[in-house]
Amino acid sequence: MTSPIVELDGVARSFGAVQALAGVDLAVDAGTCLGLVGHNGAGKSTLMQVLAGTLAPDRGRIGVAGEDLTRGYDVVTAQRHGIRCVFQELSLCPNLTVAENARVLHPSIRGRAWRRRAGELVGAVLDQIFPRHGIAADAVVGDLSIARRQMVEIARAFSVTDVPVRLVILDEPTSSLDALVAEQLLAFVRRFVAEGGSTILISHLLGEILETADRVVVMRDGLVVESRPAGDFSRESLVAAMGSVAEAASDRAAGFVSRRQGEPACRARPVGQGAGEGPELLAHPGEVVGLAGLAGHGQTDMLVALFEELGPRRSALVAGDRQTDGIFPLWSIAANISVGSLRDMVRGLLIERGAETELADEWRRRIGIRTPDMKDNILSLSGGNQQKALFARALGSTARIVLMDDPMRGVDVGTKQEVYAIIRAEAAKGRTFVWYTTEMDELAHCDHVYVFRDGRITAELAADALTEEKVLHASFADEAA
Amino acid sequence: MTRVLLAPRTLRAILPAVSLALLLAAIFWLQPRTMSYTGLNLMLNLAIPIALATIAQMFVLCVNELDLSIGAYVGYVACVTATWLVDNPPLGIAALLAGILVYAGLGALIHLRNLPSIVVTLGMSFVWLGVAVLILPRPGGTSPEWIRWLMKLHTPVVPFPIIAATVIAVVVHVALMRTAYGSILRGAGGNPRAIDRAGWSLLKIKVVMFALAGLFGMLAGMALIGLTTSGDANIAARYTLLSIAGAILGGCEFVGGRVSPAGAVIGAITLTLAGSFLSFLRISPDWQIGATGAILILVLALRALINRAEERR
Repeated sequence: MTSPIVELDGVARSFGAVQALAGVDLAVDAGTCLGLVGHNGAGKSTLMQVLAGTLAPDRGRIGVAGEDLTRGYDVVTAQRHGIRCVFQELSLCPNLTVAENARVLHPSIRGRAWRRRAGELVGAVLDQIFPRHGIAADAVVGDLSIARRQMVEIARAFSVTDVPVRLVILDEPTSSLDALVAEQLLAFVRRFVAEGGSTILISHLLGEILETADRVVVMRDGLVVESRPAGDFSRESLVAAMGSVAEAASDRAAGFVSRRQGEPACRARPVGQGAGEGPELLAHPGEVVGLAGLAGHGQTDMLVALFEELGPRRSALVAGDRQTDGIFPLWSIAANISVGSLRDMVRGLLIERGAETELADEWRRRIGIRTPDMKDNILSLSGGNQQKALFARALGSTARIVLMDDPMRGVDVGTKQEVYAIIRAEAAKGRTFVWYTTEMDELAHCDHVYVFRDGRITAELAADALTEEKVLHASFADEAA
Repeated sequence: MTRVLLAPRTLRAILPAVSLALLLAAIFWLQPRTMSYTGLNLMLNLAIPIALATIAQMFVLCVNELDLSIGAYVGYVACVTATWLVDNPPLGIAALLAGILVYAGLGALIHLRNLPSIVVTLGMSFVWLGVAVLILPRPGGTSPEWIRWLMKLHTPVVPFPIIAATVIAVVVHVALMRTAYGSILRGAGGNPRAIDRAGWSLLKIKVVMFALAGLFGMLAGMALIGLTTSGDANIAARYTLLSIAGAILGGCEFVGGRVSPAGAVIGAITLTLAGSFLSFLRISPDWQIGATGAILILVLALRALINRAEERR
C-alpha cells in the first residue's frame, strides 16, 4: 500500500474554554476519497482549517507525504504540498473576475497575457467538472449566482499550475448546487480519486458520503470515533455512530407533561416552507421550544422572522454572537442589562437611575453575575458572565417570549447549568422560550423540538419522543428524502 | 446589443463620463468661448492636482479604508516643494520621500493594530498641517523651474491638462486593473480573508496601497505648486473632501474593493468643472460649495437608481 498523503497525529485545538479538537488522528491515503461526518461542534471544520493551514493546532503532528511539517505549518506550506480547501463560506473576491480569482490562488501565473492563461486554466477545469456550465472567464464573480460561484471555487481548487494537487478538502460542496450539478461534481471526485488524487468530503447528505467516499470517518466531541470502509456503514449505523447512543433515554422523558393546550403564544413557518407544507412551529406559554439541526439551516432566520413579527414589546432576543450583536462594549454591566427594559424605567424624558440600579442588582443576585460592581465595564466580565448579562437583559424585560440564538457558544459548563435552571424556572412562571441550539445535550431541556434542514422543518419531536438518533436522522438527509 | 448597453453594469460604468459630457455641454452652451484651446486649458488646469489626489484617495478606498489627511498632506508637499526643493534639492527630495514612508508606515500601523483609518488619518492631518506651517509659516516660496515648465507646457492641438489626465488614468488603470498583482490588491478590498487564505500578505498589500496614496498625493502637491508658483500650508485644505467626492462620483465604492481609476479622474474633472459652471451661472462663490454638493447628490442619486434597477432583476 502507498503511504498516506496526509497524516495527523494527536492534533488538538481549543478556543478558550471549549476544546474543539481533543487529539485527532487522521490519515488520508493516496487515491481515496475520505468522507467526514459529525454533528455540530464535532470539530470537522476546525480540523479542516488546521489541514488547510489557516489555523495552527495547540499540539499534535502534521505530516504530508511522509514529511513532518508541523513546525510553521501555514497556508503557503499547505499549498506548496498540493493541499487545497473549498471552505463552506465562499472564499472568492466578489469584485474580481473569474480569471482574476484563479490568479489569486496561482501566483505563478504572471507576465504577458496572464489574464487569458488564468481564464483558460479555470475554464478548462470547469469544462471538465461541469460541462455546459456557461460561466465566462471574464465575468465578475459578484454577478454570478451562488451556485455558479460555488462551481468556480471548486474548479479553482482543482486547477493545477506548478504544484500537482494532492488533496482537496470539500466542506459541504453541494450545499448550494442543484442535484444535477452535484452529481457532476461527485462523478468528477470519483474520477479524480481514480487517477490517484485524494479528497476529503464533508456533507450533511449521508447518501452522498456513502456513495462517493471510500472510507468514512465519524467525529464526535473533537475526536475521531469511527473510521471504516464506506461499505461497512449504512445510513442507520452512520447516524448511530454520530450520536452517543448510550444516553438515549433522557430522565425528563419519564416525568414529561406536555404544555400543549389552549392558544399557542406564537406560531410561524420557516421562510423556505410554503403554507400547509410540513409542520408549523408552535410555542405555547410556559414551553421551552428547541430548534435543532445542523448550523446554518434556517434556524437563525426563523428566530429573526419571529422577532420581527412579534416586535420588541412581546419578545426579547438573546444573541449568540456576543461580540457583534450582543453587548454594547463601551457600556457598564448595569446599562447593558437595563437597555432591554428602558421603556419601563423612564420618568419624563430621563432614565430613572434608581430603577436601573435596582434591576441590575436584582439580576446580579438571581443569575449570579460575578463582579464586584455592576457599574464596571461589561468587558471586565468573562465570556460566560457576559452571556449571563445578555440573559438578564432579555429576562429582565417584560417580554413574554424569549428567543435565543445558540446563546451558549463558548460558555463554560458551570454557567450553562446555572442558566438552564433559570430558563426552567422562568418557563414554569409562564414564559415561552424558543431556543436554537447546536448542542445535542441542550435539547434535553426542551419540551418540544423542531429539527431544521435546508430552511425547512423536517421533524417535530416532543420531549418524551426525543432521541439523539431521531434528531440526527432528520438533520442529515439522504437523496431519497 | 441594446441589452448589453442598458445593463446596470454598463450604465454604472458610463455614468461618470455621461455626467462630465453633460456638464461640459452646459458650459459650452453658457460660454461658447470656453470651447477653445485656451479656454479648456484654463478650466482644466486645476483639475490635474485634484485628479492626482483623487487617485491617491482611490488607492486607500480600494482596501476599505479612508484617508482624511490627504488634503493636509498635499499642503505639506506643496510647502516642501515651494521651499526646500528649490533652495536645497537633496533635503527637499528626502522630505518628500519621508512623506511616502510615513504613509507606508500608517498602512502597516492600521493593519497591525486594527485601527480605524478615519481616526489615524484625521490625527495625521493635524501633523501634516503643523509640519507644513513650520516649513512655510506664511504664504510664499517659488516653484521649481522644471515643474512650472511642465505644468505650463504648451502642447500642440490638445491642451496639456487633457493629455495629463489621460496619462494618469491609463497608467493607473493598467497598473491596478490589468496587472496580476493589481488584482490581488483589489481582491484585498473585496474579500480580505480569501486573499489571506490564498497565502498573500495583507500587511504588504496595505503598505503598498498606502505608499501609492503617498506617492500620488506627493505628485498632486508638486503639480499644484507648478500651477500656483507659490505655497501655503492650507493650499489644499479642500482636497480631502474633493478627493473622496471625486472618487465616489467616479464610481468607486467605500467598501468592497470596487474602484475605477478612469472614473476617479473623470470624477475629479467633473468636480472642478462644476465650479466653473457655477461661476458662469454667476452664482456667488459663497453658494458654490453647496451647489457642488447638490451636483454630487444628483449624480449619486442616479447611481442609486441604477443599483436599485439591478436589484430588481
